[in-house]
Amino acid sequence: MLQFALTRFISLSLSLIAASVVIFAVIEIIPGDPASFMLGINAQPDTIAALREQLGLNGSLLSRYVNWVSGMLVGDFGISYTYKVPVSELILARVWISLPLAVYALAISTLIAFPVGLIAAAKRGKTIDITIMGTTQLGIAIPNFWFAMILVLIFAINLRWFSAGGFPGWEEGFLLSIKSLTLPAIALALPQASILARIMRSSILDTLDQDYVRTARAKGLSQRQAIWRHALKNALIPVLTIIGMQFSFLMAGAIIIENVFFLPGLGRLIFQGITQRDLIVVESVVMLLVFAVIIVTFIVDLTYAAVDPRLRQR
Amino acid sequence: MRLLEVKDLSVSIHGTKILDNVSFNINESEIYGIVGESGSGKSMTALSLMGLLPNGSKSTGSASLSDTDLLKLSEEKMCSYRGNAIGMIFQEPMTALNPVQTIGKQVAETLIIHGQANKKEALEIAREKLNRVGLLEEQFPLDKYPHELSGGQRQRVAIAMAIAMRPKLLIADEPTTALDVTTQSQILNLLKSLVEEESMALILITHDLAVISGLADNVAVMQKGKIVEEGKTNTIFKEMKHPYTKQLFSASDHVPERNTKAEETPLLELNHVIRKYKLPRENIFKAPQTFTAVNDVSFVLKKGENLGLVGESGCGKSTLTRAILGLDELQSGEIFLEGHHVNAGKKLDSSLRRKMQVVFQDPFGSFNPRHKVGRLISEPFYLIEDRPTGDLLKNAINQALVDVGLNAEDAEKYIHEFSGGQRQRIAIARALIIKPSLIVLDEAVSALDVSIRAQVLDLLAELSNKFELSYLFISHDLSVVRNITDRVMVMKAGSIVESGDTQKVFENPTHPYTKELIAATPRLPENLTT
Amino acid sequence: MTNFPRTLIFGGILFSIFLLCALVSFVWTPADVEILHITARFKLPSAIHWFGTDHFGRDIFSMIMVGARTSIAVAVVAVGIGIALGVPLGLWAAANHGHWLDDLIMRGNDLVFAFPSLIIAILITAVFGPSAFNAIIAIGIFNIPVFARISRGGALSIWTLDYILSARVAGKRAFRISAEHILPNIANLLIVQGTIQFSLGILAEAALSYVGLGVQPPTPSWGRMLADSQTMISIAPHLALFPGFAIILTVLGLNLMGDGLRDILDPRIRRTQR
Repeated sequence: MLQFALTRFISLSLSLIAASVVIFAVIEIIPGDPASFMLGINAQPDTIAALREQLGLNGSLLSRYVNWVSGMLVGDFGISYTYKVPVSELILARVWISLPLAVYALAISTLIAFPVGLIAAAKRGKTIDITIMGTTQLGIAIPNFWFAMILVLIFAINLRWFSAGGFPGWEEGFLLSIKSLTLPAIALALPQASILARIMRSSILDTLDQDYVRTARAKGLSQRQAIWRHALKNALIPVLTIIGMQFSFLMAGAIIIENVFFLPGLGRLIFQGITQRDLIVVESVVMLLVFAVIIVTFIVDLTYAAVDPRLRQR
Repeated sequence: MRLLEVKDLSVSIHGTKILDNVSFNINESEIYGIVGESGSGKSMTALSLMGLLPNGSKSTGSASLSDTDLLKLSEEKMCSYRGNAIGMIFQEPMTALNPVQTIGKQVAETLIIHGQANKKEALEIAREKLNRVGLLEEQFPLDKYPHELSGGQRQRVAIAMAIAMRPKLLIADEPTTALDVTTQSQILNLLKSLVEEESMALILITHDLAVISGLADNVAVMQKGKIVEEGKTNTIFKEMKHPYTKQLFSASDHVPERNTKAEETPLLELNHVIRKYKLPRENIFKAPQTFTAVNDVSFVLKKGENLGLVGESGCGKSTLTRAILGLDELQSGEIFLEGHHVNAGKKLDSSLRRKMQVVFQDPFGSFNPRHKVGRLISEPFYLIEDRPTGDLLKNAINQALVDVGLNAEDAEKYIHEFSGGQRQRIAIARALIIKPSLIVLDEAVSALDVSIRAQVLDLLAELSNKFELSYLFISHDLSVVRNITDRVMVMKAGSIVESGDTQKVFENPTHPYTKELIAATPRLPENLTT
Repeated sequence: MTNFPRTLIFGGILFSIFLLCALVSFVWTPADVEILHITARFKLPSAIHWFGTDHFGRDIFSMIMVGARTSIAVAVVAVGIGIALGVPLGLWAAANHGHWLDDLIMRGNDLVFAFPSLIIAILITAVFGPSAFNAIIAIGIFNIPVFARISRGGALSIWTLDYILSARVAGKRAFRISAEHILPNIANLLIVQGTIQFSLGILAEAALSYVGLGVQPPTPSWGRMLADSQTMISIAPHLALFPGFAIILTVLGLNLMGDGLRDILDPRIRRTQR
């Protein structure tokens, strides 16, 4: 198992390095000169030169890259051009909204999807299965931000159970903050839960066809016992991969949803960064998001090996 | 003492009749064989007894196990019988066990489900049962996983699971078909000893008459859902009243007529061939290991000869085949075809390639499902510089089809329209079409039913007479090899341990491994083949 | 092939409606979407304006038709990019299985997978500015590893089959085998995945337009319409409902088609291989 974790860790590090190179290349090389890009066409030559100096753009590409990476390793993401404060401060304030939102949505979608998928598989062909398949088919087709707007319309504006947006801040109370994240999390969770439920169902149905389930029945297990004791764990394996992949979509979705609910998260930060041409902010947030995705993949791989003993041999 | 009474059991699935008035009786501690080819209904009979028929099945008749009609039991009641009063093991041991659960847990589960023991006790009993089937604690602790076991070992675990509750009846559906000859004989001996010691009855389902003759007290011969003949094994084998039984027997031991004489000129020559390949890395810090699949193999195949190569799985015969066909490189040694060097991999000359062709085992994976038969069998023409086109091509295809006993119109059909035996004929047509000197038959008849197999072997003999072909016949099935080859080589762990005239090797084997193989191969009683 | 599954028919009809709207919009729409009629704003659905009008007085039905154009065009080209680049990559990787080339391609795949379309779009637009073209590139780039992985997976399971060995014995090399034998046999897989990616492309385009990274105004797009409607949702919900339904129904149609196609195309393969 240790071997496996080690190989995966090396994989992780290589991916991170490759990703950072790509991001660096796009942000710092393609625009030509980042400084004049940020300042715009009307900038004066000496303003540009000053900014170049300040940003350390006069070094070689390699040294700039190394500086950037070594900075990130200690938590220094540079100074935001627009806000003139360390990017790390900006990120820290906002990640505590985006990350909990993504995790909250993941929790909701998993908690709904697993039992729903299980029931659909167990009652295959019956009315409840057909209903579930129809509902999930619809759920996949609904854009999460549209669903968010509808939720706001119904639950915030008409029923007034929730506020229409904004975030009070964690200092104001845990429950209050969670409340303001609830509608966004539900909106995010809907399409994910639909996808997961369908995959759960088909995965269980696939395992039911396997020989070892037949063996279980021959031992005297009822169909239900066979699903519960044998099919489920095996069915979970492909589902885990999907959850890992879904996380990246979830993060992207969270960024978009924040727009609907006026949540001061990473989404707002990055979009403002784009409009204001603040390449430093954009670079850092993108790196962070990609980092999150790669880490989650790593964790999923490890969970894989924990569940499936065949993988531990490699 | 009468244990099981099956009367007029008929089963239909979605309206199609699968079993037709099947009736037989089994006594306690008896070994009852059910023999037949694919589609005969033998597995369905077993599944009906277990109540595990697929959806859409309707059954009539009765199957009384000690006065309780199994067919009339509710699903809940049936669950209490399965694994308890009746156990069952299946054909594919590699997939029969749950890959993410330990073997101890899986055996213990039978006991826990039937409320026989709590978790701790069940594991202790599981240990006993695993010992009983030959998997001792030292090598096979309870926390081993299925993927760490071989096919034969997994089948033993399956047996342990099935007999854990000491059932009165064990059903074994083709339990050894997927296993090597030596493993097969071990498993069959295990089953025999269990019958004797646990006073358990055994229903042994197989297509292999030789297995039945060695083991079963009584036997039922099935064809197309009916029992055509039934009774004491010895009597059936002596008398063979039903024509199908006769047909089955003669096909099982069929010796095709061949009149090609082997000449002196060597056609295929191997000199000290070594083929190694790298294994995947186990450890980041260690270099990958190499595995020697073919270890210093040398032999000569003469023109007109039928040379057999036998060995169990993992002995290296597939690797050797690929090397001969020029598909893999050699690490050392040489292969000559008609005196020319077979330089594997990139540069094998097509003029050389066209002298040898191959027929594979799996009739279902041998062809691209999206091409028509005509295109499929003309693929080897790629090796010729001036390929025939238009009418010439059409004629060549038609001729090849006719030569193998099919029709010219079949060229326009798709492969899924043909049965397994017909597909092998098409595979032979493909091998034949460019008139090679050597055809390598890699387990070419292993997947076929016995009667079809006999027909295909006849076809091969006829073709070798007609076209002066030489065959390299690779198989794990000694009885087939014995009947159709002039000389045979025995391969083990990458080396040829014995070779010589087929009759001599089989009657007087010298190497201990050959002796072991021959001893393990079940044989039909001598005086019965008609 | 006489029995088309209901999912295929129903999905096909749904999708065709929007495809038709998109195509027809090139020659005719009920009203001109570029002209603003401030006096006619916020009209509810009526005989003249079938879906009502928006805050600028533009006819929503016409905007939906033109928006269909955008969504479908972006999604189609993005799928095209994914297939054109991803499939050969996947086939190449499978043909070199066990070789470092295969590992390299798979690593590259995994790397792109770490960048969801949105992130790629952010990277591209940060440097090049938002546009429909950049949206296509962003979605297309993400499609490449999807098709690469699925082609490779399908190809690998075919490489082990005996008829590939026969082809090699007939002297054919990897490129020829990939083209003649492997590609036709994974075509079904690709068709089904293509419809899935198409529907995902529609959703992605809508999301990008919603946040302003896709097609720019004044070209109508469904995502943009939703962004505009957000602040006015309590007074004019129809501004949000119609574009939303358009997206849902198009995506639903495509997904149903994908399911239906899978039903026709896959079972036949499985049956013949038994």
